[in-house]
Amino acid sequence: MHDAGKSNVIVEGAMRTPGLDAAFKRAAQVVEVDIRSRRQSAMPLEPRGGHAAWDEASGRVTLTCSVQMPHMLRTGLADALGMPEADLRVIAPDVGGGFGQKMQLFPEYIVLVWLARRLRRRLAWIEDRHENFLAAAHARDQRYAVRAAFDADARLLAIDADIRCNVGAYSCYPTTCGVEPLMAMAELPGPYDFREYAVLARGVATNTCMMAPYRGVSRPVLTFTMERLMDTAAKRFGIDPVEIRRRNLIRKFPYTSASGLVYDEGSYLQTLEAAAKAIDVAAFRREQQQARKQGRYLGLGFSSFSERSGYGSRAFAARKMDIVPGYETVEMAMDPSGYVVARIGASPHGQGLRTTLAQIIADGLGLSPERIRIVHGDTDQTPYGWGTFASRSLVISGGACKLAAEALGKRIAAIASGMLEASAADIELVEGQARVKGTDKAIDIARIARIAYQQSNRVEGVPGLRESATYDPDGTFSNATHAAIVEVDIATGGVAIRRFVVAEDAGILVNPMIVDGQVHGGVAQGIANALYEEIKYDEQGNLLTTSLADYLPPTAAEVPEIEIHHFETLSDATITKAKGVGEGGAIGAPAAVVNAIVDALSPFGVEFFEMPVTPRRIRQKLREVDA
Amino acid sequence: MSEPIAFTLKVNGKDYAIRAPARRNLADALREDCGLTGTHLGCEHGVCGACTVLVDGKPVRACLMFAVQAQGQEVRTVEGLAEVTDAGDVLHPLQQAFWEHHGLQCGFCTPGFLMLAAGVLEAEPDISDDELKHVLSSNLCRCTGYQNILKAVRAAAAEMKKRAK
Repeated sequence: MHDAGKSNVIVEGAMRTPGLDAAFKRAAQVVEVDIRSRRQSAMPLEPRGGHAAWDEASGRVTLTCSVQMPHMLRTGLADALGMPEADLRVIAPDVGGGFGQKMQLFPEYIVLVWLARRLRRRLAWIEDRHENFLAAAHARDQRYAVRAAFDADARLLAIDADIRCNVGAYSCYPTTCGVEPLMAMAELPGPYDFREYAVLARGVATNTCMMAPYRGVSRPVLTFTMERLMDTAAKRFGIDPVEIRRRNLIRKFPYTSASGLVYDEGSYLQTLEAAAKAIDVAAFRREQQQARKQGRYLGLGFSSFSERSGYGSRAFAARKMDIVPGYETVEMAMDPSGYVVARIGASPHGQGLRTTLAQIIADGLGLSPERIRIVHGDTDQTPYGWGTFASRSLVISGGACKLAAEALGKRIAAIASGMLEASAADIELVEGQARVKGTDKAIDIARIARIAYQQSNRVEGVPGLRESATYDPDGTFSNATHAAIVEVDIATGGVAIRRFVVAEDAGILVNPMIVDGQVHGGVAQGIANALYEEIKYDEQGNLLTTSLADYLPPTAAEVPEIEIHHFETLSDATITKAKGVGEGGAIGAPAAVVNAIVDALSPFGVEFFEMPVTPRRIRQKLREVDA
Repeated sequence: MSEPIAFTLKVNGKDYAIRAPARRNLADALREDCGLTGTHLGCEHGVCGACTVLVDGKPVRACLMFAVQAQGQEVRTVEGLAEVTDAGDVLHPLQQAFWEHHGLQCGFCTPGFLMLAAGVLEAEPDISDDELKHVLSSNLCRCTGYQNILKAVRAAAAEMKKRAK
């Protein structure tokens, strides 16, 4: 592909534990799966676009654009154009979805800023849907060839995996073409307890569109791999899919995975049992038998997974990337009216982060959330940060908000203690007041704010009420089990999802409605991955899926009601006790749906190791069986 | 074809004098000529429904209709949903329900869903849940998995019926 490179393998990672061969020697069964995931697009409903405005007076350019990482974009643009960052302002206002696609520095933005400076004018670039399919990043074009050693009790001993990711023609900035293969290498072991692991993970350059992170990155496919493996092994051992997972899920925490990741407390077994109970497996099996007598094919599929989330710079540094993201900073000030403005480096695009961060700050300061304003998505108004990706925003920016609110609360309590003649340690901030605990002696926080600015002579330290804080955690693991019941029409190959259950654990739910919303949206994208969406090229490299008539995101008619059961494991891995939840829906759903299809079609003995499982692929397998 | 022609669009009860080529679609005319940017364009080929507006009460893909075709008809966009009162805007029951039921995340598809639902519920207040789901499947949302959009529209339908009594 590239003259400079000897090979089209442009990124490679490998590891091997010493006891691997011995584990395969003592295995009672060796089970192999060969997994293929077809190329997908994150397909945000708002395509990419930007408006660059040259300002003659200041010589600055303001770029307003639909992106997830405004600060990183500014740094990348300034580097690419050899200009000072101070001469560029990047604004990401309300962004119409991103899901990873909008965290890249795309060449179009470089050209836009270059043109604005060269022509000394304002101009816009707004792509259409066709261009979004053609030139915005793709994802998930992956193959996993896995050999797994099990002992006689169906306990997993070892995995030997060969992972290949088609990363397209170029590396993305800033996460690089390593983002898919290297995540797959580290996280393939998932929620299962086994000690021996060998993996070779390669990113292969091809003459196709660049790959970039998309909700879940490699995890929807690595979970699909492990969960197809578990069902295939269960069949070999003649045990139930729930039972094989029960025997293999991690039970003791903290747990160090075969690839060396440390998992904090979770509820792996509990979510599996909760999903199985919600489904009522025995009752379903009876219904399945009855339905088969009438020529209807129902199937049940499970998918258990862990989701690494909220990880900071130390985790990214381990990947040896030039650009090491991870921390988040918040600058918080209470104004003289007692309202709080928090300026954040994170940059939401529809996840409700302004609401959830305001809740955390309000809790910390004893204020109602209506008195909190969150400012984001503007490099002139916010501290340097990494935007939104990798189920990180609430965990990391929320942690920074909690720290800043604590610091601000201490300042308020110190001022109150002088006015109320009490020790600062005895002051609590509740219902908009600083109160001496156990008494009715209190003063309005708004009054304290006014004094801090306008009678600073009465206050020790600097005038005003301002604090900033940075949070950079090592990360945490959310976990969940998804269960799907499907009905397959063997005449058409059509699949209808009859039930979808999610039992999930993302620690404390700061806002249950928003968490549910994240799960719903993720599951819908996972269902798309399993059944509908596929980017296709012809043999000459022309893109065939250039419209929403060719590339098929699910509608309200295809997405079933999603039942959610919450678990709240309180781990010490994060200071808010919240874990990330943005990607889990998309990670777990594909495997649950495909396992259910395979279960539905078990009377025909057909298997699927490739997704999406389209009607055409189902009919093809059934025709092969007929022949 | 590219010669501008002059015509009038009536949008949310107000007349807009337009001078644009005959090929200008309604969505672009609303956004560029009327300054009503609440109508969003997600695909420009009539699939996603983000640009749905009401023309004489019926949901229409504004990207598939020429602006000049809407001449003489009443166009309603998301900007016309809330009731303007002296005490400020009062949200339409659909807008209120989308807020209360978390029926939007990024919000890009929301204007289209609101107008689609407004058109349907005004024409068929007694529409069944199954039919409603079928109608709402004409628009795409990438964030919500449709769960809370359905909840919100059902809640708004109940509220609108209550008010009609």
